Amino acid sequence: MRKTVQMRYLLLIPLIILAVICCYPVIFLATGALMDVGELTDNLGPVMKGSEGFVSWRFMPLFPTLQNYVELLLDSPQFFVMFWNSVKLTAGILAGQLLIGIPAAWGFARFEFPFRKAVYTLYIILMMMPFQVRMLSDYLILDRMHLLDSHLGIILPAVFSTFPVFIMYRFFRGIPGAIIESAKLDGAGALQIFLHIGIPLGAGGIVSAMVLNFLEYWNLIEQPLTFLKDKTLWPLSLFLPNIGLEKAGIAFVSSVVTLIPAVFVFLLGQDYLEQGIAAAAVKE
Amino acid sequence: MKGISAKRSRGSGQCRKWEGFLFILPSLAGVLVFIFIPFLDVIRRSFTEVMSGKFVGLKNFRTVFSNTAFRQAAYNTFRFTGICIPMLIFCSLAAAVLLQGQKKMGSILKSMYLMPMAIPVASVVLLWKLLFHVKGMLNGILSLAGMRAVDWMNSEYAFGVLVFSYIWKNLGYDVILWLAGLAGISGDIYEAARVDGAGEWRCFISITLPNLLPSLYTIAVLSFLNSFKVFREAYLVAGDYPHSSIYMMQHLFNNWFRELSLDKMAAGAVVNAVVILMLVLLLQRVWEKE
Repeated sequence: MRKTVQMRYLLLIPLIILAVICCYPVIFLATGALMDVGELTDNLGPVMKGSEGFVSWRFMPLFPTLQNYVELLLDSPQFFVMFWNSVKLTAGILAGQLLIGIPAAWGFARFEFPFRKAVYTLYIILMMMPFQVRMLSDYLILDRMHLLDSHLGIILPAVFSTFPVFIMYRFFRGIPGAIIESAKLDGAGALQIFLHIGIPLGAGGIVSAMVLNFLEYWNLIEQPLTFLKDKTLWPLSLFLPNIGLEKAGIAFVSSVVTLIPAVFVFLLGQDYLEQGIAAAAVKE
Repeated sequence: MKGISAKRSRGSGQCRKWEGFLFILPSLAGVLVFIFIPFLDVIRRSFTEVMSGKFVGLKNFRTVFSNTAFRQAAYNTFRFTGICIPMLIFCSLAAAVLLQGQKKMGSILKSMYLMPMAIPVASVVLLWKLLFHVKGMLNGILSLAGMRAVDWMNSEYAFGVLVFSYIWKNLGYDVILWLAGLAGISGDIYEAARVDGAGEWRCFISITLPNLLPSLYTIAVLSFLNSFKVFREAYLVAGDYPHSSIYMMQHLFNNWFRELSLDKMAAGAVVNAVVILMLVLLLQRVWEKE
């Protein structure tokens, strides 16, 4: 018995190493953001100025300072424009997906109608297509609707992404049929059942889809890169890598600030995130 | 009067049949307008000339297939998928099985594995740049071991960097999928096997693996679909013209888009869609036979 306990602790070692590798970037960015310009220049000199040797790093800053944060706050109005762009895009997409996607998922999960299976299969196929497949068709429709170079042109196609429908469908399917039958016997209409039973009981699925998609759209790169020529419309995810290392302090701090909302949503919605991921794996 | 009410009740019966359809109607309309119909247009365009709109048969496809950049991108994509997905599936399965045996630490470790999913590519790019620069941290560590500096992003090694960043990002996602699969295996089977004297390893080979087979299909497909997102890392670290070993399909499409080669893009999009669909269906076939 003791042997298996020892074994268990031994097996914990590789698991912990792996976990540290997974989380190290967060620690790295956070410490870098707290270093003052002098220390950053010392550490990153070989990359920043081509001086001898290699980049060196300490796990802790020598003299932790909030100087970089203050500089970002006071001297980088551009950063906040981009931050606001990211917020607008993500919020617009998620709101649209809620409005359009929830009823659709409920319709697929709880009703029989002609071609239901065929349409759902189409949704799954569309869900699988990467951006390179959709790029030209997105461009053609946005061009025709005069939505190129506008936030709406990024938001609208994403609102009709079929992925959230797929996730919420899985959860709506799990609601016991007996509850809905008894509501029907009480004379509830289709809309009432949807609003008063479907949405509350499927809330877990709705939150799961939103958490997954928040992380996805906070990261939006391909679409704005293609469809937004006007750089003032760019989200953070595109703008950030353009901050050169000569402004290393700002680069670190803005990376951290970009990270914060995502990590916040991740920590709050972690259970839902796991459920959302696992929902795809469960066989019907 | 009777006639009308009879008609109305028949009408509501019809209505009931289409009630569910009303729920999906807004979504379906949007999907048709924004995704499906434009894609049909792309299929049409793939058979026509961009300027005149004249039907040219398979000419665009021939152009695309003989294009060296397309071949390079296709080769890289297949190579990347062929190497990454087995590696990711194996690593995540190992981690999930080990994780399952851990009671207290298990859930903390699981969230730590998921963390990379939350870290925006744009944030982590800074670390990748400093880590894999010729004068970066990785070379610094290697020099301590007396090894020569490597220009990670501008050599064949760039491919390895991309593989690493894909596995780093997707490990937790796949661990969760495997854990869901593991949770579906009833404990009774293990109980019975142990009574019959089976050891840990025997249990794993004869019970765990066969029971996880249905999950394998979903996990392989999801890992495959996520593999297209490595373009983000490749683009943000190395830009529009990265080392040829990490030149992905999306790079090529961006270049075609800049040149306004809409006919090549159309044919390329159709080829990509068909290949992806075929691969997914093929996988499904293979697994259903098992």
